[in-house]
Amino acid sequence: MQKNEIFLEKFDNINPRRILTWTLIFIGGVIMVTPIIFMISTSLKTGQEVYFFSLIPDKITFKNYIFVITESKFGYWMLNSLWVATFSTLSVLFFDSLVGYTLAKFEFKGREIVFIAILSTLMIPTEMLIIPWYMMSREFGWIDTYWGIAFPGLMTGFGTFLMRQFFMSLPDELIEAARIDGWSEFAIWWKIAMPLVIPALSALAIFHFLGNWTAFLWPLIITNDPEMYTIPVGLASFNGEYEMNWEIVMTASCLATIPTLFVFIILQKYIIKGIMLAGLKG
Amino acid sequence: MEEKLKNIKLYLFSIFGSLFIFSSISANAVEIEYWQYEYGARVEAIDKLIANFQSANPDITIKHTYFPYADYRKKVAIAVAAGDGPDLVQLYYGWLNDYRDTGLIQPLPKDVFSHDDIESNFFKMVSAMKVDGDYWGLPTAVRSLALFYNNDLLKEAGLSGPPETLDDMVNYAKKLTKRDGSGNLIQEGMAFDGGIGQTHHFFREVLVRHFGGKPFSDDGQKVTYNDAAGAKALKYLTDFEKTHKTTQNGFMNRGQDAFAAGKVGLYIDGSFRISKFKKAEGLNFSISELPGHNGTRYNFSSFWANALSSKAEGAKKDAAAKFLKYLTSDEAMQIWLDTVGELPAKPSVALVDENKQHPLYGPFIRGLDYATATTFVSEKPQRQSIVDAYDMVVLQDVSPEDALAKVVKKEQELFDDFFGN
Amino acid sequence: MFRSFWENLTIKQKLAITAWLFLAIPIIFYITIRFYPTYEAFYVSFMKWNLLGAKKYIGFKNYIRIWGDEDFWIVLWNTIKYAIIGVPISLLISFTVAYYLNEIRFGHQTIRALYFIPFLTTAVAMAWVWRWFYQPMPIGYFNIMLSWIGIPQQPFLRSVEQALYSVMAPAVWAGLGFQIVIFIAGLRAIPKSHFEAAEIDGAGRLQILREIILPALKPTTIFLIIISTIGFLRIFDQVYTMSEDSAGGPLNATKPLVLMIYDFAFDEFKLGRASALTVILFLLLLFVSILQLWLARNRYAKK
Repeated sequence: MQKNEIFLEKFDNINPRRILTWTLIFIGGVIMVTPIIFMISTSLKTGQEVYFFSLIPDKITFKNYIFVITESKFGYWMLNSLWVATFSTLSVLFFDSLVGYTLAKFEFKGREIVFIAILSTLMIPTEMLIIPWYMMSREFGWIDTYWGIAFPGLMTGFGTFLMRQFFMSLPDELIEAARIDGWSEFAIWWKIAMPLVIPALSALAIFHFLGNWTAFLWPLIITNDPEMYTIPVGLASFNGEYEMNWEIVMTASCLATIPTLFVFIILQKYIIKGIMLAGLKG
Repeated sequence: MEEKLKNIKLYLFSIFGSLFIFSSISANAVEIEYWQYEYGARVEAIDKLIANFQSANPDITIKHTYFPYADYRKKVAIAVAAGDGPDLVQLYYGWLNDYRDTGLIQPLPKDVFSHDDIESNFFKMVSAMKVDGDYWGLPTAVRSLALFYNNDLLKEAGLSGPPETLDDMVNYAKKLTKRDGSGNLIQEGMAFDGGIGQTHHFFREVLVRHFGGKPFSDDGQKVTYNDAAGAKALKYLTDFEKTHKTTQNGFMNRGQDAFAAGKVGLYIDGSFRISKFKKAEGLNFSISELPGHNGTRYNFSSFWANALSSKAEGAKKDAAAKFLKYLTSDEAMQIWLDTVGELPAKPSVALVDENKQHPLYGPFIRGLDYATATTFVSEKPQRQSIVDAYDMVVLQDVSPEDALAKVVKKEQELFDDFFGN
Repeated sequence: MFRSFWENLTIKQKLAITAWLFLAIPIIFYITIRFYPTYEAFYVSFMKWNLLGAKKYIGFKNYIRIWGDEDFWIVLWNTIKYAIIGVPISLLISFTVAYYLNEIRFGHQTIRALYFIPFLTTAVAMAWVWRWFYQPMPIGYFNIMLSWIGIPQQPFLRSVEQALYSVMAPAVWAGLGFQIVIFIAGLRAIPKSHFEAAEIDGAGRLQILREIILPALKPTTIFLIIISTIGFLRIFDQVYTMSEDSAGGPLNATKPLVLMIYDFAFDEFKLGRASALTVILFLLLLFVSILQLWLARNRYAKK
């Protein structure tokens, strides 16, 4: 099709009903992001103006951002969140695929048991495990450490399940051929199978990173030192009896949200694709 | 072939693992740690005192850590239980029983802190820190409640001078309330935070007594404010929001925020609030002693004490004790008063004439004279009692008698549990 | 010695050993970080323990006390309310949007992004924003907007009746984007031939919806129902941030099970009681998931 034909195709079937539908859905979309817009707008306001209802501040000020970045512990929180989420995601990508692959492409006694056992962990809510994890962390001195924050999420049943599904759809012949050629099993997995499931890996990476980035309950429990907080825990710490400035809280919330938004806008296609992929397989 | 595989796995694993285990090794040099909750002026004050102390004692370094108030108690308990945490910790005097019970703190060494010394030099309320023949902590500063009022708003309403009695307070509040065309509150006559903040103290130690009751029995083991006096006190408190419509819990989030924004006429809080209001742009306020009733006045005093955590031993304990001695010295108290605005814990510093007549601190200091402190079993649930009672009356139309009956029943269970009855 | 042992194995056996080697570390992980703690949670639920002292065996006493605790039943009911109201509302809205959004071509990507962005936000950050929105005038935007259309101010978070729904709203809002994207994927997966056949038969929009789309989306819908039910039953972040003092008030109106667990464990240090509550949560989630799967399977069998 020629370019203008594709373009014109978009305007097929324009009728009042479709325009109405479009408008309503569009307005719905705008309403969805209203909280975020107001959050940004408030972060640019001064303390006095906070109490006035306006979308665009009279006097735009970056004072709040400067304050949060230089005088609060936000820098630490950002760093901690980044560190932990990245490490955890890398671990999940590595181990969940390794396990998924093993369960998909190897035949051995007990394989089904292992698979069902791992799958069953999906039923165990983290809320039930936080107390034992806490006891464990106390014993081994993991409180207020990156390891302490990250260890519960290093491997997931969901990721394993997902990767297994994808690996199962890979042709066995490929692997057989490599074996005959004398490749080590690890190399087969790493160099042949993995590249073929990159869409799944990206979907998993996105899910896991996001989940980790926004995780709240466990990081709340395992950290005491405000310098070790992750971003959600740091944000919640504004709920103090003695200090509460809305414009500061909004600014911190913005700083917490804007990086994710930014990444999303750039990688939108891949992210949505990944989720659709995961949804269909699940 | 398979060995190579194993090596690769171990190799990768150890890289990942060691990166993290590395960061979990904390560097513990010869230093002690001091914990308090986060509040601008207090952090500033401790930093000053640490600086002074460290220059006089170069062999000791003090790490200053602080958390938001909401998490504070939790963090301390968790940390000390884990063998982590501070050597010197600030605790609200009302948590003493809790902290002692769970083994978080240890008694002050008698050789550094003699009882005679304490009893003759500190305000009487400090005796709340004495249990079973030991002192478990000492405060740098104490606080009481007073009435803050907005001069501009009072003038506008044609009122001169602060209210002197509880009844006055109601009348003032009514005159200071403003609503817009649709009946929405735009100016609160009297701000209460519905039980949180200092309101629950105001209820227990001031109102209940004014109406002829007592919050607890003399031995501290029975909750006694669920009587007629208590009901009258609760009615007086909730009437502001319910009947007189001068108050709205949640207006501009909190009473202190609304007062700082110049939208409140009268507000009761502690001396620690002075620095926040001083910083508020354009706020013209004054302070007076809490209104009285039937010719008497009551007040609530409280304090945050510095204690030695059960984790401190040997050299660290000695260093911590030394710092604590400095923290409770006259010099430290004056610095605290100037920086934080909290009243010195020693009459020798506090009742100096210029402090007594001070326009801002004076009313609080004068209030120390007739103030009482509650010995809490566990502050949070006991605070929640008053919050719930208030909510029941205001939100659910429950009668004050029924509301109090319900919360006191629960609170008494708490007490019975604790005292083993 | 190892070499000759190795050479005597069949290929099948070698592969099996490799598989177990690959699985070694993960198995250790799952056992120590998932299964053993689960056992520990059950174990501690029969104890009385305050974290510092020794554990004292007290049998079923924790469970009995929970049964008799009036607050527990309020909390349990709250938790269930979050789910039975939150899930249908979410799915209804997200399906409607997905259905119509799927037909839009102009600006589809952008509009889809608008709906999806809330999903990327941190619950705590957004809970702050919504908390502010719920304030009474003059700072609460919702009340300001209500005043424009002449509706009296609402207490929202300060009302025993409205608080739970007020806290639920941001949770629903954040989850819509994800559900919409999954629904669209499901819609797109329906083979075009079905629609063409329907057109030939002269079927109307409603009919197509009822007879083609909804049945085809059943697995997707079930997937979403289970995931969002579990999500709502575990709600915590929003309540912690939006209730005064994180107490789940006013008067326990917003308090869910997870907050009760947190309070007992890390506020009152009654770890036995808290563990018992986590066991109850686990059983609740298990029961709900199995129930939903079973109901779904039944419907499948009927067809």
